[in-house]
Amino acid sequence: MSVEGHTHDHEEEHHHKDTFITKYIFSIDHKMIAKQYLITGIIMGVIGVGMSMLFRMQLAWPEEAFGIFKFFLGEKFAPGGVLKNDAYLALVTIHGTIMVFFVLTAGLSGTFSNLLIPLQIGARDMASGFMNMISYWLFFLSSVIMISSLFVESGPASSGWTIYPPLSALPQAIPGSGMGMTLWLIAMAIFIASSLMGSLNYVVTVINLRTKGMSMTRLPLTIWTFFVTAIIGIVSFPVLLSAALLLIMDRSFGTSFFLSDIYIAGEVLHYQGGSPVLFEHLFWFLGHPEVYIVILPAMGIVSEVLATNSRKPIFGYRAMIVSTLAIAFLSTIVWGHHMFVSGMNPFLGSVFTFTTLLIAIPSAVKAFNWITTIWKGNLQLNPAMLFSIGMVSTFISGGLTGIILGDSTLDINVHDTYFVIAHFHLVMGISALYGMFAGIYHWFPKMFGRMMNKNLGYVHFWVTAVSAYGVFFPMHFIGLAGLPRRYYTNTNFPLFDDLQNVNVLITIFALIGGAFTLVFLFNFFYSIFYGEKAIQNPWKATTLEWTTPVEHIHGNWPGAIPEVYRWPYDYSKPGWDVDFVPQNVPMKEGEEVLNH
Amino acid sequence: MQSLLVIIVLILLAVAIWQLTKIFDLTQVGLAANNSQVANNQDNKVQGYLMFAFIAFFYIFMIYGLIVWGPLVLDNPASEHGTDVDFLMNITWVLIFIVQFITQLLLHYFAFKYRGTKDAKALYFADNNKLELIWSTIPAVVLAGLILYGLYAWTNIMFVNEQEEDVIVIELYAKQFGWEARYAGEDNVLGKANVRYIEGINTLGVDMGDTNAQDDKMATELYLPKGKKVLFKMRSQDVLHSAYMPHFRAQMNCVPGMVTQFAFVPSLTTEEYRAIPKITDKVANINKLRAKKSIALAANGQVALDPYEFDFLLLCNKICGASHYNMQMKITVVSPEEYKAWLAEKPTMSQQMKEAAASAEPAVIPAVSADSTMVEAPIVVLAN
Repeated sequence: MSVEGHTHDHEEEHHHKDTFITKYIFSIDHKMIAKQYLITGIIMGVIGVGMSMLFRMQLAWPEEAFGIFKFFLGEKFAPGGVLKNDAYLALVTIHGTIMVFFVLTAGLSGTFSNLLIPLQIGARDMASGFMNMISYWLFFLSSVIMISSLFVESGPASSGWTIYPPLSALPQAIPGSGMGMTLWLIAMAIFIASSLMGSLNYVVTVINLRTKGMSMTRLPLTIWTFFVTAIIGIVSFPVLLSAALLLIMDRSFGTSFFLSDIYIAGEVLHYQGGSPVLFEHLFWFLGHPEVYIVILPAMGIVSEVLATNSRKPIFGYRAMIVSTLAIAFLSTIVWGHHMFVSGMNPFLGSVFTFTTLLIAIPSAVKAFNWITTIWKGNLQLNPAMLFSIGMVSTFISGGLTGIILGDSTLDINVHDTYFVIAHFHLVMGISALYGMFAGIYHWFPKMFGRMMNKNLGYVHFWVTAVSAYGVFFPMHFIGLAGLPRRYYTNTNFPLFDDLQNVNVLITIFALIGGAFTLVFLFNFFYSIFYGEKAIQNPWKATTLEWTTPVEHIHGNWPGAIPEVYRWPYDYSKPGWDVDFVPQNVPMKEGEEVLNH
Repeated sequence: MQSLLVIIVLILLAVAIWQLTKIFDLTQVGLAANNSQVANNQDNKVQGYLMFAFIAFFYIFMIYGLIVWGPLVLDNPASEHGTDVDFLMNITWVLIFIVQFITQLLLHYFAFKYRGTKDAKALYFADNNKLELIWSTIPAVVLAGLILYGLYAWTNIMFVNEQEEDVIVIELYAKQFGWEARYAGEDNVLGKANVRYIEGINTLGVDMGDTNAQDDKMATELYLPKGKKVLFKMRSQDVLHSAYMPHFRAQMNCVPGMVTQFAFVPSLTTEEYRAIPKITDKVANINKLRAKKSIALAANGQVALDPYEFDFLLLCNKICGASHYNMQMKITVVSPEEYKAWLAEKPTMSQQMKEAAASAEPAVIPAVSADSTMVEAPIVVLAN
């Protein structure tokens, strides 16, 4: 695995032997950092998904005692094995935080941007390897702090992942807003620093380090989405940082940015003149772009995997780029659709309805382009391909209900119900997870030099596909029945008694889906060590990462960096006997550019 | 502590296994790489057919859901604007189902139809401006219609002319974990209020020095007159809450430090709503479920559940603390005459204050202390 034995142009750069520490821990190699992100993300994912299993059990069988609650949560949060109501809120809060930020932002973007940007644009490494390393270690530190908040005396943050003040500002309102919230805010501040360093690095790398011939319109769509995602992150994450800082000021230094006229625990507090609505604006100015930070990389991965496995060019390459840019632009001017009933001026509601529904247009373009891509293809149904098809399916199913939620009139009655849960889990949760799984199955040989077992992959996909719809499809109905989210139990409302059977069914699907994730985990970790050795280009793909040797070396290519002569989707091109022409293959005499 | 120990042992085990695999790894050197984990013709065939099976499952599940869970969905709006909302909702659903049906069918059918073989060659089809134009303009046109109708309905619902003759003003007051209401009284104007005025039975913090406040009336359940426009002014004393009245298609957050509002016209009384066949069926079904549960409870020596009777409800729909799941208030819609009679019986706040002051005369001395926070707490506890 070491570089010794390879002689090439820039050997003097890394003639030293890597120690365990420099190779596996404080590595500045983008491929190793990608693996670090992925494995940290998977560990966080196991924790986040595990939490959802616990609170789903509470929802199906409210206030029943389970040994598993006692085992994981202890006597304090689950006395006698019965989950406590504030522990329930803590679980949903940390589940949301972990899944959105730690798994689907850092785990997804961090992994694949790091792995693929240098490899696919033809660069030796990221623009700043050192900053890249710092970015990962800040992410790791932030993960550790977030997890450690689970163990503080007053419990972790419990005011929902949106941490709206005053609930998140006042320990009198909920115990989790004490030390737990402080740790949450510190963890997120560090996370944002990590994310910004990563994003700046990605942007600089894509702009400056493309190899000869790699024009912007020859970039694979993965790179386009990572690039645009990084820009959205740079634009919006600092706003969350400022919201977090102002909240810290309100909590610890007595300022009144978000608080006013509060009477709690028999006492009037001194706060005067602030507004929680201001916090909501600041939060969602990040919060909405954040869902695109989550889904765009998945879209890029899916575009790439669909084209490769269809043995067909992606349909409408330029339209895909334009729609990515359109989504990115619109994503920054729609945040108010989370706030239709927040008490902001209803005129703003009209404006945000208009901008929000516009997003359906670039989204529809993407969905139809994907479907057209597989039309008349020669589909190689590898696990990565199945997850990509699955992602298109869940993105459509989840996206369509966005037309309801984005319409202020209809949002009035479904706002904050289980309908919202169903919508966003399908459109950005499950879709992004599918994108992540597709990426893992597809680039596993590139990351670890081995193949994942396909049959386990098939089992993983089909059980996940059925249980994902099994969980989230029925949720639309209980949401439309008026069931609010974040209720510890619904037993205090006889009105909702007839929804209980549905909740049981949802939980059963969730538990099955959760259990079969173990198949993936086993496949992943087993294949790292025992998987079949991969050949250089197992999927017969055209992009540059498959021209690098299977064994990782610093600088990626042993010789000169390849030059690029064509776009990345010359699959089944007329005039060629092979069904793929890699980007580094020069145009033949008289060969035409057919892609536009 | 015990679970921490278990976790540490698990981590150590994982490290041990990892070390062992490193040794195994060394024995694997020189093993030939091959292609056996890439999908072959057989895999493509099996997975293609599974795609076909999945779309069948998908539609069956959807139809099953519509039949079995469809009746759970809120229907029969009890407010005038609710009919508009439901109409727009139904149009949107029709559209969604059409698009969903076609796209999912194409996606999974193509995945089945074009499952690969070794010799087949895909069509090189990279772009087509006409197609791109079709599927960007059609959604644009359809959405334009939805947006226009939506904005029209939204404007009608949200912009309230307060000068209108017949508007009844009611304050909804939220706190951890309950609701209170204040009726504006004869003058139909709510007296000023601030949490800093909270004292004794004045749990809403009404400024009793304000002349508009004198005839205000407090209530712990909501009575609304059918056919009259009700304008809710909402406040919260501690954290964010959301006043959610699903049957009236009404929701608005209650925000500490500001007054938010929502207005609607109740179109059916509670009695009329209970008589709707779908609602009687729903209630009968719920009571069947409750009776079944009661048998199980009785077997364990616990108290059986009360039978359920339908009532409109106000729920909290913004996470507000540990007991968020149990923050509700009953809403009763009656005829305007009954409403008037009900309201007339209620004492005004100034009457209540006087009575409270009279009955608490001997113990009233600390209540006038300037340093109020010290003495307020016990008083409020009593009042609640």
